[in-house]
Parts: sequence; structure tokens; C-alpha cells
Amino acid sequence: MAGLLHIPILRAGDPYRSLDIARTPHYRTREPFVEISLANVGLIRRDLRQQQEAKAILAGFSASELYGMCSRAAALFGESSLPLGDSAQSPEDYVRQVSATTGLPNVMVRRNMQKIRTVLADMETVVNGLTRHLDRDVFDAGYAGDVSYFPRGDSLGVVLPSNSPGVHSLWIPAFAMKVPLVLKPGSAEPWTPYRIIQALIHAGAPPQVFGYYPADHAGGGEILRQCGRGMVFGDVSSTRPWQGDPRIEIHGPGYSKIVIGEDCIDDWEQYLDVMLASILENSGRSCINASGVWVPRHAEAIAEALAQRLATVVPRDEADDAAQIAPFADAGVAGRIAKMIDGELDSEGVRDVTARYRAGSRLAIYRGCSYLLPTIVLCDSPEHPLANREFLFPFASVVPVSQAEIPRALGPSLVVTAITRDRALIARLLASPNVGRLNLGGIPTCRISWDQPHEGNLFDHLYARRAFQCAV
Amino acid sequence: MTPAAQNQMLDKTLAARQALDAWTREIVQWHFNPETGCPFWLEFAHKLDWDPRREVQTYADLDRLGFFQDEWLRGGPVRRWIPRAYANRPAYVFETGGSTGVPKSRINIEDFRIDYEDFSDELPDEAFPRGSDWIMIGPSGPRRLRLAVEHLAQHRGGICFMTDLDPRWVIKLIKRGKIDEAEAYKQHVVEQALTLLRAHDGIRCMFTTPKLLEALCEKISLKKAGIRGVFCGGTEMTPQFHRFAVEELLEGAYFAPTYGNTLMGLAVHKPRLPEDNYAVIYYPPAPRAMIEVVDPADPSRVVEYGQTGRVRLTTLTRDFFMPRFLERDEAEREPPYERYPWDGVRNVRPFQALNKTVVEGVY
Repeated sequence: MAGLLHIPILRAGDPYRSLDIARTPHYRTREPFVEISLANVGLIRRDLRQQQEAKAILAGFSASELYGMCSRAAALFGESSLPLGDSAQSPEDYVRQVSATTGLPNVMVRRNMQKIRTVLADMETVVNGLTRHLDRDVFDAGYAGDVSYFPRGDSLGVVLPSNSPGVHSLWIPAFAMKVPLVLKPGSAEPWTPYRIIQALIHAGAPPQVFGYYPADHAGGGEILRQCGRGMVFGDVSSTRPWQGDPRIEIHGPGYSKIVIGEDCIDDWEQYLDVMLASILENSGRSCINASGVWVPRHAEAIAEALAQRLATVVPRDEADDAAQIAPFADAGVAGRIAKMIDGELDSEGVRDVTARYRAGSRLAIYRGCSYLLPTIVLCDSPEHPLANREFLFPFASVVPVSQAEIPRALGPSLVVTAITRDRALIARLLASPNVGRLNLGGIPTCRISWDQPHEGNLFDHLYARRAFQCAV
Repeated sequence: MTPAAQNQMLDKTLAARQALDAWTREIVQWHFNPETGCPFWLEFAHKLDWDPRREVQTYADLDRLGFFQDEWLRGGPVRRWIPRAYANRPAYVFETGGSTGVPKSRINIEDFRIDYEDFSDELPDEAFPRGSDWIMIGPSGPRRLRLAVEHLAQHRGGICFMTDLDPRWVIKLIKRGKIDEAEAYKQHVVEQALTLLRAHDGIRCMFTTPKLLEALCEKISLKKAGIRGVFCGGTEMTPQFHRFAVEELLEGAYFAPTYGNTLMGLAVHKPRLPEDNYAVIYYPPAPRAMIEVVDPADPSRVVEYGQTGRVRLTTLTRDFFMPRFLERDEAEREPPYERYPWDGVRNVRPFQALNKTVVEGVY
């Protein structure tokens, strides 16, 4: 297939063109858009025998030098043409390419691009947030004063998703913390990790510390098994094999929520924009998007108001800056999700509030592509099967719940935005192991503070503290 | 190819086809003759309103017998497959499948010896030196491969060292999601091989599967271990694996990929040519077996050269007659090659339309 873009494997930074090729289609035309070299499992295993060498190379740089590389890489990532296989990729090429295979509108890709750029540019701040301002010597000398940490593994293996480029900002700090990276990109989003690696290499990073292995499911499993530490993104079933493996940090569904306390609920209209942003931003594709609004009263009024506002969201062209939702690259997935939701809506105790505000059905076809339009359901209790669900589009359940049941009733929640000043409720939320990140006040669930950890602390995942005394 | 070479190739192909037709007649005569045939085919013929011995004159005429059903091989009585002419000969039964349920059983009298002696003629002596010893790192138990590789070694004047490997256990572990245990079992097999290789320095030749080859090469250098030829098969082999093995695992050792199974025998690999770009191309041991690529929607129709289709096997030996068996594989149809002037197959892999994950394990 002449002329098709090709993304190679990177073996210790060196491009390798495989004979095993995957072709990812354009989301709209379904014509092959890019060829991706696939790594066989044996090749991955063979390369990962060199993890210690890669780690030693990275250890030869100071933390300060690595921060400098990240800072230069930020500009390169955002502004420069960088290699993409045998071709070059401008920033605008990158935006169009990510849109082409994921369906994400250009404007959202640019926002995600900016997120990544910020993380690279402010890497020292990000790492300080993760380490709580440990001295750089901890990375350079292994200790600072009487504080010493050791790396838990020789590299970080990451099995990446395809849903949104912003997620790639999570693993980049490993490089600055002197941990080599072994990445398995998602089949529809091979672009961002490749571009980040190229930006870092062109900013002076040693190529040998980057492995980039597009592969099948078995290849991803091999990366997680062979690397000292790992991260895996995916749904409940795909991440199940890694549950209970302390080497692997699992990034599954977030079940992020907005909770409004008794003290603020009568002013709920003031927080409507926070709720909308939490549900809708980035087309609802992130684990940090809210999939629930849990309130002690006014549930119906809130659901109606959200539904009314969200019903104005319609599919638009990918290049339209007003685009707010993305199509599903695989139309079958959209159909199955819509059907699953409809199946649950047949039960007692739930209502699709958006249904009466929108013209057609939830599943909309626009220029040949399948979209799921934003959906708000009103559940009558936290026990309803739709009360605590997450889908890959703007979907949220409005759930009436007694404040006394919070946070117990919430279940595991990656982000909770709690709109309350109630000291007792705040204390319970602070004490809850089920709340991954807590925003107090009207902060959208998807607003990220880069000096804060996300879904586990990458530094704690990669490093452990040892007892240390020094008399020399 | 020059016109003269083309003509020569056509002549060879025609001669091979004529030989196949003649052999087909001979085998049909054998299996449908009450003196020599097996009970299964004699009974089968009894239900027909035509006589295969009279009406099957060419290989193409085998279509009239319909498709061989793999269910016929599951369960007994297994003796219905023994040709009457071989009633007093020692019989082997080899199995295929069987990680769950009843495996398919195939009677063997001497096929495995004939097939592997023929295959031996395809192996270069410099890579598989006559008189040198072999190591078999592959399935043990009721598998044809276990005895066949040993016979190949003996036929070439060597002794074959064996490992223990139960592929059914590995498949169960993988189906249960016990990947770590499957990995440990693989290492257990590799350790057996390493022990044998360290203890017996006359071993120059190896049979193994792709995954075990990878695992072994993580532990040792084949070159340092003295291995000069690797005969590899048992599971799907991709062009990328082929290239990876040649470029990164074998360190100059000769690589002989093969495609085969208990029902058909052993197909040899076309010599590696740059223009094939590591495509894995096999030719069946005609006329004793044929591999064809057929239209999945109409499996009596062979697809055009280069087109993809389902693999269809036909086995034509005195031990076993298996016409038109639809394999669980797909491939591209490959034109005849000078040394093998009949159809071949390119890049065999599990048949996608069956839409079922094939668990291959280490074997």
C-alpha cells in the first residue's frame, strides 16, 4: 500500500520496520490511514534483557540535565517537525493524524497537546509534586541527608490506551526520574507516545532509554511481565489479570463523581457549569470525567437542567473549533453501548432525562460516523445498575443519596469534587480510601493540578524509601 | 522467468499432476478394495451408488467423495481405520488436539517413517550432519512428532535426546489465565533442554517450536552450544518470526520451518529467497499429500494464485486416506516452485472466519 504513513517499532530508540503490520483506518472513511509495525513477543523479550543497560545510561545524567531535556522537548513537541518513521510530522500533522484515527476533534487534540507540553515544560514542578519536594540529590546520588530512595525496577512498562492523548502526560515523569520507558501504544493512538519520544530524543535524551512496541495483547502482557514496574490502562476485564500485582498500577474506569452537600444543594444552579464541564470536557472520554452527580435533594431538577444544556451539543466536523463530542472510530462499539444503556433503561427506577430534549436517538449518525449524544439519566437510588457506570462518551447519572451515606455509597471513585463546607462530610471524604483525588469546592473533576499525583503516585510506584544513615 | 524456463516449469507441473492422478488411482484402489482397504472406507463405499475404484480416475475426481469430517476421527472404534492389508502389522495411534474433549486419533503403520525419510532428503547435510545427534524440544506423549523426529535422527545416523512436554497442560493453563504457570512450565522444558545440551556435546541438530526456540535462545547461544540446524514447526509461524529467528536467534544455524500435522504429514519450506521477504512458504509432500487453498464460501473451489482462502488437505497414503479435509487455517495460494512443481501455501495462520481464539501455548 504505497504512500501510507508507517510508524516503526523503536528498539532502544532505533526504528525497526516489522514484517507484521497493523493498518489503522481513518475514523470516517474507514480507509487505512497508517501502517504500524507490530513487535513479536520474542523480540520484546529479547530487547528487555537490556533493561539494566538502559537504566545505567539514564543514571549518567543529572536530574537537572533531564529537566532541561524535558523543557526543550516541550517546545519541540508543540512547535517543531519531528520524525515519524521515514517522514516528518509537523504539529498540525500530529493534530490531524490523532483526529484521523481516534475521531477526537482537532480542538480537543490541541488541548491535550497543550497538557502534554505543560507537563514537559514544568517537569521539575511535576516531579516535585510527586516527591513532595525531595532534594534532587535523591535521584543523582541516591540520598540527600538521611533520606534515601531506591528504584523498584529497571524500567517502567506501560500498556497505553487510545481514548485521549492527554493520558500520556502520566508516564512522562518516569524519564525525568531516571526510569527507562517501554511503551505499548494503543492501536488507534500510536502518535502521541511516538512524538513525545522523538521530542525528548531531539532534546538530547539518550535514545536507548526508549522502547516503543506496538503489539498485540500478548505483547502488552509481556511488557508488563518483564518490566520491573508497569502501568496498564484499560477496562475492567482487560486489566483483571493484573489486579493484585503490586508491580502494576492499574488505570481502569474512574467512576469520578460530583457530590453536593446538604449545605450547598439549594444553590445547585451555581454549580451547573462545573457539573457540565466535568461531564462533557474532552468528549467525556477520560477517567477523570464525572459519570455521576450525587445529591441529597433536587436530583430531578439538576438532571433536567443538565439534560437541557447537554441537548444543545451536536456532532460537528473534526476541524470545527466548536466541536464538543467525538465519534466512535468503531461504529459497532457505539451501537453496543447505546443498546446496553437502553437495556438498563427498561428497568424500574431510572429515566433518560435527555431523551425529551433531543430530536433523535442517543446514537446519532453524522457524515457517516456514529456518535453517542450526551446522556443524563436520573436514578431513584444508588443501588440502580446505571447509578455508578462509566462509558466512553458524556454520560452521567444523577443519583439522590442521603449525605450520611457518603462516601460509603460512592464506591471507588478516581476523582470526587465535593461541593460542601460541611466539616464532618469533608472529614469522611478525606478519610475514605475509595477517593483517589479530592477536589473541595467548585472545581471540575477533569481539572488537573500537575503538581499533584494522579491515580497513584508515580514516584511511589517507581521508588521506595530505605533506612539510611551516613557517617562518611 | 524466460519463456524456455516457463515451458520447462509447465512441463514439470504437468508431469507432477499426472503423477498425482496416477497415485490417486492407486490409493483409491487400495482403500476401496475389500482385500486391502480399511473398514471405514469400505463401509463408506457400500453406501454410495457409484464405485470409487472405477470412477475416480484423477485427483479432481476425489471431489465426488465430499469433505472429510474431523468428527470421524474422534472416538472409536479406531481399528476401522486400519487397512486390511496391514491387519497383522504393528499399529500406532497418534492424537491431535485433546486439551479438552476427545482428541482426533489417526492410525499409523509406517507413514511417519516414510514422511520423515522423504523430509530428510530436503535437509542439507552441512546443517544437519549425518551421524550427529539431535535434541527434540517439543511435545511428548501421543504425538506423531515425538516418534517422527526420533526416527528422522535415527534415519540420519544419529540419536535423539528427548524432553518431556505436555502441550495439553500448557493450553489449560493459558485458558485459565495462569500465564505465570505456563511460563514456568516453558522454563521447565527449556531447562531440560539446557541440561541435555550441556551433558551431550555431540548434539548438532534440533527440533523445536517457535516459542521454545525464543525461550532457549534467551538462555544460550545456539552457536556456542554447537547447533547447526534447527527444524522448527508445530505452531503458526509468521514472516516476522521467521526474520527474527534468522536475524537474531539462530546465529547462522540453518532454519528449516515446517508446516504439518498428524493428519497430513510434513510440508517443507521453500528455500529462503530475498524476493520472498521472509514469507513462510510451504509445499506439501505430493503426491502423498496435497495442500490447497479454497474459497471458504465454496470449499470445492480452489482460489487463484496469491488469493487468500481456507487450507484444505488431502492425504493419500496406504496408511490413511483423507480427501478434502478443511483445516482450521487460512493462507495464500502459492504457485508451483521448481523443486516442488505443485501448489504451495504462503503464510499459514489460524482461519479468521472461525472467529474463535486458538490457544497455541508453547507447542
